[in-house]
Amino acid sequence: MLDYATLRVIWWALLGTLLIGFAIMDGFDFGVAGLLKVLGRDNEERLVLLEGIEPTWEGNQVWFILAGGATFAAWPMLYAVSFSGMYLAIALVLLAFILRPVGFNFRGKIHDPRWASLWDWVLTGSGVVVMLVAGVAFGNLFLGVPFRFDGDLRMSWHGGFFELLHPFALLCGLVSLSMLLAHGACWAALKADHTIAARAVKIARWMTLVYAVLYVLAGVWVAYGLPGYAIAGPALTDGASNPLYKQVAVGGSWFASYMQYPWFWIAPVLALVSAVGVQALIGRRSVAGFIASSLMVGSTIASAGFALFPFLLPSNLDPRSSLTVWDASSSHGTLQLMLIVTVVLLPIVMLYTSWVYRVMRGRVTLEQVRKAHSGY
Amino acid sequence: MIIDADVVTLSRLQFALTALYHFLFVPLTLGLVWMLAIMESVYVMTGREVWKRMVQFWGVLFGINFAMGVATGVTMEFQFGMNWAYYSHYVGDVFGAPLAIEGLMAFFLEATLVGVFFMGWERISRIKHLLVTWFLALGTSLSALWILVANAWMQHPVGAEFNAQTMRMEVTSFSEVLFNPVAQDKFVHTVSAGYVMGAMFVLSISAWYLLRGRNVDFAKRSMTVAASFGLAAALSVVVLGDASGYTVSLNQKMKMASIEAMWHTEPAPASFTLFGIPDVQRRTTHYAVKIPWVMGLIGTHSTDQTMPGIAELVDTAKGRIGNGIQAYDAMLMLRQDKDNAQAKATLAANDEDLGYALLLKKYVDDPRQATPADIQRAAESTIPNVPVLFWAFRVMVGCGFYFIALFAFSFWKASKRQLDSQRWYLRLALWSLPLPWLAVELGWIVAEYGRQPWAIEGVLPTALGVSSVSAGQVLTSLGGFVLFYTALAIVDVMLIRKFIRKGPDGLGIWPPIVPPTMTAH
Repeated sequence: MLDYATLRVIWWALLGTLLIGFAIMDGFDFGVAGLLKVLGRDNEERLVLLEGIEPTWEGNQVWFILAGGATFAAWPMLYAVSFSGMYLAIALVLLAFILRPVGFNFRGKIHDPRWASLWDWVLTGSGVVVMLVAGVAFGNLFLGVPFRFDGDLRMSWHGGFFELLHPFALLCGLVSLSMLLAHGACWAALKADHTIAARAVKIARWMTLVYAVLYVLAGVWVAYGLPGYAIAGPALTDGASNPLYKQVAVGGSWFASYMQYPWFWIAPVLALVSAVGVQALIGRRSVAGFIASSLMVGSTIASAGFALFPFLLPSNLDPRSSLTVWDASSSHGTLQLMLIVTVVLLPIVMLYTSWVYRVMRGRVTLEQVRKAHSGY
Repeated sequence: MIIDADVVTLSRLQFALTALYHFLFVPLTLGLVWMLAIMESVYVMTGREVWKRMVQFWGVLFGINFAMGVATGVTMEFQFGMNWAYYSHYVGDVFGAPLAIEGLMAFFLEATLVGVFFMGWERISRIKHLLVTWFLALGTSLSALWILVANAWMQHPVGAEFNAQTMRMEVTSFSEVLFNPVAQDKFVHTVSAGYVMGAMFVLSISAWYLLRGRNVDFAKRSMTVAASFGLAAALSVVVLGDASGYTVSLNQKMKMASIEAMWHTEPAPASFTLFGIPDVQRRTTHYAVKIPWVMGLIGTHSTDQTMPGIAELVDTAKGRIGNGIQAYDAMLMLRQDKDNAQAKATLAANDEDLGYALLLKKYVDDPRQATPADIQRAAESTIPNVPVLFWAFRVMVGCGFYFIALFAFSFWKASKRQLDSQRWYLRLALWSLPLPWLAVELGWIVAEYGRQPWAIEGVLPTALGVSSVSAGQVLTSLGGFVLFYTALAIVDVMLIRKFIRKGPDGLGIWPPIVPPTMTAH
């Protein structure tokens, strides 16, 4: 049996893995949806783009559902505080997730350009909302959010929707948006008819550039403009999950963890190297370009998680209520059981997912789209 | 702190609406997908093209419904955190696990395969496609299994205990949570209800084609599958419903007594009230038509055990509130000094009743200060809404028996190959279409509304589970749900009607549109 502290670190890494899995797998679906009207100039071109993500988007979305479910199981306090605290923001994301499945399914069911256009806008809108809000939420982790616990560990939140829109958080929203638009463009470059793919290559290059500039800017802001949080005194890593048992010092730097664990630097360096990789590769070898953009997405999220470690959700109202890896997890037994279940099932999921991608491989051409739709 | 009653009411309303709405689509997915698997199996075994076309036609309707199920399911997964934050904290250690396992084991499977099901016909072999359909069906039923394991724990929380340091329930035995007897009965009862709905959907729409003389061959084949599948499912739903009733009467005596409007304990074996008007004020049931023995047999599977009535259960609750206050006091002492041995012993002796002390939080901030009047009120608050449960249960069960009769008759007609011989039968089959929806929604009401005032039976009162959100926020999201869900419902019904009206013939699915080169003859 693994000890409690180790399990907590593993579950911190697994939470990161699920978020990265979501960002990479569903991120390109959102990116393509966000670029639908830009890359696809008429209905047929948009159909090509949609058919490039239609067979697999639904499975990809499960990464998000699973990230939610696993947070509930392994980090119940994080699940409870973040979802209820950012209530309206989460409701907005939820709306996007409600409209997406029906958008994909309903769009082709009535042959009327206005009908198709309506759902194109719905898909574009839901893509943009999720990409933006996800970044804004991440940004707020660095700023801290206004909550505190009472003795019963009942959380109260003292802020509203608009307080989440701090300029730094908005910058993070733009980092997320440009990163995933680039990632989506890379998918289109790989999957869509050559005429559309050529356009996607250009957009991928521009968006990676924007992303890289904003990412560095956000890093500088974190380094010089934001106070970091630290657990005061030695952290009790295997104690009961009760945030109120610790004290927190505010005022250091979020980069402190990078000083403590220098190998963390791999993540931000890899993120920028991958951005260069996208620039170099996407025009000639689209598969390699897409892998580069996936690495870019994954290491960007990892770099944020590393900076926050061991914090999961800092409170700027009552710092000792902050949720950390050491005091917001499930019990030892639950972490252990869920680890076993995940280790057994996640590889199986990856196995059949890759089988599905192999079955559905190949570019979607304009000719294909025309042929398939002449049947009705 | 005293909880804002408006937030509780609005959060409950939102949860009920979104769950009932989600439950319009999920059972149909559960049932329809197995019909697709059966049809495709026949196709692979016989090689007859018509069976493949049946899968494709019913598949279009399945797809529309599946999308709605996915869309409304995301809400369910996230609403616990959004609106029930204290609930999520208090029981996440136990309740979160089955939800996460559902994602990993089941939802991933169905969501990943559904794309290949629709778009893979030309890309993989027949056998592989059949396997995809079977695994898709398996995924949907597994999904129901884990959700119902989670739900069963809300009805009958086993394998967990309260931890005063973390202020929450923590797992002591996962196998108890997983093999919760309530979970098993609920799983089979619920998926069978879904299978009945899938069968009724195919039966009714096929009957409509036969009434119009369209797609006759296609419709008869579909009806035959629906009749046999539906008969098996309808029998199972009632038999397992009975098993479910038995486990409810063991574990949720108050729910059972309320379903029966059994105000006072009757000598064993209790009679079953077939009809009556429950009167909450006077605690009696007017015009009761009773069948002797039946209730005792259903509830205890014996003739000599009594079933407690509502008044007696309120007395029991009063006693448990007393014990709960002791547990609450011990919990507070442990918070000051976690090594206090006496407090530990008191809590251990009474922790099963801690939840009953929490019922008092509605009336007093500190349950230890409760007056006898508060305790009386709290004990009476354990009575759910008797008339609603009484009627919901009776209509649901009535539907169940009707389904057995209808599918048995359909099965007999199908085996005599006389499905389209009598128009009244076809009309009956057509007009029975809404009944499975009525039955499953009422089933949800009996199970979940009947659990009130508890979120987790005996452990956490619903009112304590809410988030620290304002009534305005919940009203905003509730309004959003009502608006978008209504719009989607309209579009959904419109599309399903459109594709049914077009039918296999109008869509060119069957008879297949002959390729142009063949028409040259």
